[in-house]
Amino acid sequence: MSDAPTPPSDPQQPRLLYCRCAYAQVVPDDVKNDVLAGLADSGAAFEAVPDLCEMAARRDPQLAELAAAGPLRIAACWPRAVRGLFTQAGSPLPKEGVAIHNMRTDSATTVLAGMQGIADTPETAPGDTP
Amino acid sequence: MIASPTPPRVVLYEGPGAEPLEAATRRDLFTRLLDRGYAVSLAGRGAPATPPEAAVIVLGRFQGSPPAVEGGSGPVSVRDISGEPLEQVVDAVEAARGSRPMNRPEAAAAETGGETWKPWFPVIDMDRCTNCMQCLSFCLFDVYGVSDDHHLQVENPANCKVNCPACSRVCPDVAIMFPKYHAGPIDGAPVSESDVSREKMKVDISALLGGDIYAKLRERSAGAKARFSRERSEDQALAERRRCLKKLADAEAIPREVLDALPTPEEIQRRAAEAAARAEAARAAAEAAT
Repeated sequence: MSDAPTPPSDPQQPRLLYCRCAYAQVVPDDVKNDVLAGLADSGAAFEAVPDLCEMAARRDPQLAELAAAGPLRIAACWPRAVRGLFTQAGSPLPKEGVAIHNMRTDSATTVLAGMQGIADTPETAPGDTP
Repeated sequence: MIASPTPPRVVLYEGPGAEPLEAATRRDLFTRLLDRGYAVSLAGRGAPATPPEAAVIVLGRFQGSPPAVEGGSGPVSVRDISGEPLEQVVDAVEAARGSRPMNRPEAAAAETGGETWKPWFPVIDMDRCTNCMQCLSFCLFDVYGVSDDHHLQVENPANCKVNCPACSRVCPDVAIMFPKYHAGPIDGAPVSESDVSREKMKVDISALLGGDIYAKLRERSAGAKARFSRERSEDQALAERRRCLKKLADAEAIPREVLDALPTPEEIQRRAAEAAARAEAARAAAEAAT
C-alpha cells in the first residue's frame, strides 16, 4: 500500500469484540444498539461482527485470529454459547484472558463497563463452565 | 448459505494520517455495515487490528497517503471517504465486494436481493458432552457426525431445521445448545442441577415409551397402517398421522414445519436405523481407542 508509518498500538491491550447477533432477535435491540454506540463513541479500536453463530458455521478465519490474539473482551451472549461457537469453529478460546459479557441479560451500561475494563466482571457467569 | 465465501472485512482507519469520523457518523457507519452482514473494525488506536486473512476494504478520511497494512494475506482495497455521504460509502463497500455471494441478515436481504440463511444449528458444550451419541442416533437430517478421533461433531450445520431444538431435548447431559433459542439452558444459559434431572427424566420417559419421538411416530404410523389394511381407509390412516404430529407440535417438542417436512414413515425408519448404526459404530470405536 504505502510507506506511511504503522499506527502505534499496544499488543497487551485487550482486543474488543462486539457481536451484533444480526440474524435473530434474541438480544434486546436497545442493549445491542447502546453497546455499539458506546464502543463507537469511545473511539477505541474494536472489532464488530454481524453474527458469531453465522461466522462459526462458516468457520470464518477471523475467529481463529481473535482466539489467538491475546487478551480479549467480548460483548455477545451467554459465555457457554460463545465458547462453544469458537470451539466448534475449530478455534477454542483460551481459558485465561477472555472476558465475555452477556447482552441478553445485562444492561448496556454493565456490558460497556466490562468492555472498557471499568467493572471487574467475572470471566464466566456463576454456574457456567469455564 | 454456509458455502458462501468469507465476506470482505471492512476496516475504518482513524490512526495517524487520518481524520477521525464524528462519533455519530462512525456509529451510523458501523450499524449500516453490520446490518448488511459485514464485519467492521475500528483501527488505528489502542489494540492492534487483527491481520486479516480475508479480503479487506480500508476506509478512512486520509490526510495524504493511507497507512500501510501489515500482515494478512488477502487482497486489500483502500478508499478515501472524505466528504462522502454514508450511503455512498456503503455502496462503495458493496461494489468492492463484487459479485461474490454473501449471506445476509433478513432485512438486508430484502433490500439488496441477497440470500438469508439463519444460523441455526446445534453447538456442543464439550465440557458436558459424554460422547453418548444419542443426538447422532436421534437426528434424521445428518447434522451430526463423528470426527476422526471418534468424537461427536456437528458435521452439517446447514442441514439443521431452523427453530427445531429437538436433539437438545434428548441429550441427557444438557450439552447441546442453540444460541438463538429463546430460553435456557438450550440458549447456552448456565445449566442447573434441576435442568440435568429434568433432561434425565425426559430421556427415561422417552425410553419407557419405547424410544425417541420418531420411534413413537413410526409406531403410530404402523398402527395406522394396520388399521388401513383392515379397514382400507386411507383417510383414517392419514388422520391418525396428523393427530400424532399435532400432538407433538402442540407440546412444542418440534416445530410444526419440521414435522410437516418429515419424510415417509419408511424413510424415517431407514434413516433412523442408519443413524443408530453410525452412533453404535462410533461408540464402539471410541471405546476401542481408550
